[in-house]
Amino acid sequence: MTELLISGVRLVTGPDDHADALPAGTQDILIVNGRYADPSQSSADATRISADGLTAIPGLIDLHTHLREPGREDAETVETGTLAAARGGFAALLAMPNTVPVTDTAEAAEYIRTLGEKAGHAQVFPVGAVSKGLAGTELAELGLMARTGVTLFSDDGHCVFDSRLMRRALEYVRPFGARIAQHSQDPRLAGPDACCHEGEVSGRLGLPGWPSAAEASVIARDAELTKLTRSRLHVCHVSTAESVDVLRWAKKRGIDVTAEVTPHHLLLTTAEVEGYDPTYKVNPPLRPDEDVAALVGALADGTIDAVATDHAPHARHDKEHAFGDAAYGMVGLETALGVVVETMINSGALDWDGLVSRTSLAPGRIARLGDGLGVRPVFGAPANLTVIDPGRRATVDRDASASLSRNNPYHGRELPDPVMITIAAGAITYSRV
Amino acid sequence: MRHLLSTADLELTDVTAILDLAEEMADVQHRSIKKLPALRGRTVVNLFFEDSTRTRSSFEIAGKWLSADVINISAKGSSVSKGESLRDTVLTVAAMGVDALVIRHMTSGAPLQVTGWTDAHVINAGDGMHEHPTQALLDAFTLRRHFGGDTGSFSGRRIAIVGDITHSRVARSNVILLKKLGARPVLVAPPTLMPAGVDSWGCEVSDDLDAVLGGVDAVMMLRVQRERMSGGYFPTPREYTIGYGLTRERVSALKPGTAICHPGPMNRGLEISADAADAANSLILDQVAAGVAVRMSVLYQLLGGEDQQ
Repeated sequence: MTELLISGVRLVTGPDDHADALPAGTQDILIVNGRYADPSQSSADATRISADGLTAIPGLIDLHTHLREPGREDAETVETGTLAAARGGFAALLAMPNTVPVTDTAEAAEYIRTLGEKAGHAQVFPVGAVSKGLAGTELAELGLMARTGVTLFSDDGHCVFDSRLMRRALEYVRPFGARIAQHSQDPRLAGPDACCHEGEVSGRLGLPGWPSAAEASVIARDAELTKLTRSRLHVCHVSTAESVDVLRWAKKRGIDVTAEVTPHHLLLTTAEVEGYDPTYKVNPPLRPDEDVAALVGALADGTIDAVATDHAPHARHDKEHAFGDAAYGMVGLETALGVVVETMINSGALDWDGLVSRTSLAPGRIARLGDGLGVRPVFGAPANLTVIDPGRRATVDRDASASLSRNNPYHGRELPDPVMITIAAGAITYSRV
Repeated sequence: MRHLLSTADLELTDVTAILDLAEEMADVQHRSIKKLPALRGRTVVNLFFEDSTRTRSSFEIAGKWLSADVINISAKGSSVSKGESLRDTVLTVAAMGVDALVIRHMTSGAPLQVTGWTDAHVINAGDGMHEHPTQALLDAFTLRRHFGGDTGSFSGRRIAIVGDITHSRVARSNVILLKKLGARPVLVAPPTLMPAGVDSWGCEVSDDLDAVLGGVDAVMMLRVQRERMSGGYFPTPREYTIGYGLTRERVSALKPGTAICHPGPMNRGLEISADAADAANSLILDQVAAGVAVRMSVLYQLLGGEDQQ
């Protein structure tokens, strides 16, 4: 029997209620054989961690991680990606399917799950592709993947742009209770060369841009399709004020649409692109100040349900091209909580209960993970916990990352660095206490 | 001045110095022996990731007339399609002992990025839709001569830049430089070829060429790139010409002495009629000649004063 007693910690549980929940507030937390237990029953043999002054929150869940394995193990592996996740406070993550080969079969999904279990640093849940090979023409084996436990499907990196295929996907997954996570972006409107936000900066720098309408128009279409099919839609990495307006409109009509925002879209703006540094090339692109303000507001009021990293590691040489030719994406697992604390807590936009809701409870609910993930701590349930020091700050050093890749947009920037201990499925996966 | 990446980086004094020196350099092409010893022993590499005849030749002649060793490297097809990163391509070339890299790239910002990977001076010979600073300088040189000789001659001059503004590096460099010189650029294009955020460029914007033409001191026609024609930017070449081409009728609507410019290569009959291209007030060949003088001046400004051990 293993016993872990975390003493003196301030537990923030989020707004959800449960009869057997651990009470919020300062207390000791006992984990016996990986499950929450009554701390008054702790034995003398328990491993003890003094957490005076620290805060515990339900383990973070990332709805949107690119682990790159199989196929691009020079950029990231499941081992290094989940290690980075643990250091970032994540108990679980959902691995996007744009690997080589694509996760578009039950076997491929099982393989990802196995790699995650073998690595052991965070619980890995595969996201299945919507279409075979992400080609956007034929449905992938959604049902067979769902039977292996896949609850989220996405062609992320590509928009499922064919409205008939999108309709079929939404219809088909409804009996499984699964959700289609859409990379909302009209590829015809944006054009194949688009690499930043279309606006004053793109016009001046001579970079082809994505207009905001390319995102909002697809969300609006998909909301209608979701209503038509009585299904469930999740909008990946919302990045514009217009998209927020469309989401508000859709939710108000009772459509089952959820949405995520990345930490980098809460902090970084189009201004970062001025130096043509491909580190800041990301899809969807960084947007102007007014969009960032709208996203912060939407995450605060719940229009956007969750934070998701879109952790997109790239080997150095894939970024060492001219801006327009470089790969899209930035890493984000290790800095996510720090950025959210900075932009949402330290700015006063959100309280800690709200943060727990957006980083753990909502992601768990959207992906229907179960097993003590995405719920407030409950006696008898598996322990997934992130212990943090809310006031701790540090200068981000990309070279100190556990990720194999260095495309870190915050290098040299001082940010909250709160994660002290991560516990996933009852086991300590990271600790610096 | 360490690099020439953008006209925005140039102080007015830099511009004047480049144009004044270009006047001296322009004399070289009238000599029987077109050679100055100024850059003897220096190596200039024209690293072109995109096709170009006139710009590359112009830089090559400029370098050779200054006695530099000039190497042309065509990286067309781009380092990307070869699987090599831009950084590796640049490091490879720079490792050969290069003093200046003249870079043309199909992607905006590439020359700026290159400055982080080499000690060589970098000259932007056109990057994507961003800038083409030596083109703007040679345009200014040509117009300065046309207007009468000094920088003051630009003051208050209205200069129309007409055509595909969105995709034009020439337009961007010229707007910045002409404003710096005191001129008033007017951008003219159908809305489909006008870039996002153009209202913040600090110049007049119009979609009505006829309303603009009568009141300008110079008109710069931009090349319509063939690949744009199928991109839905305008319905047909015929419609474009009727709306935005410098036709014979429009030439006659110009004030006497209005300069006609074009960075080339021209699509005669599309954005510019033969009558306009060959008109008495057309400066198009003067621009080509000025290109060599201005590029000699730029190369000398960057490399000429250095210790040549």
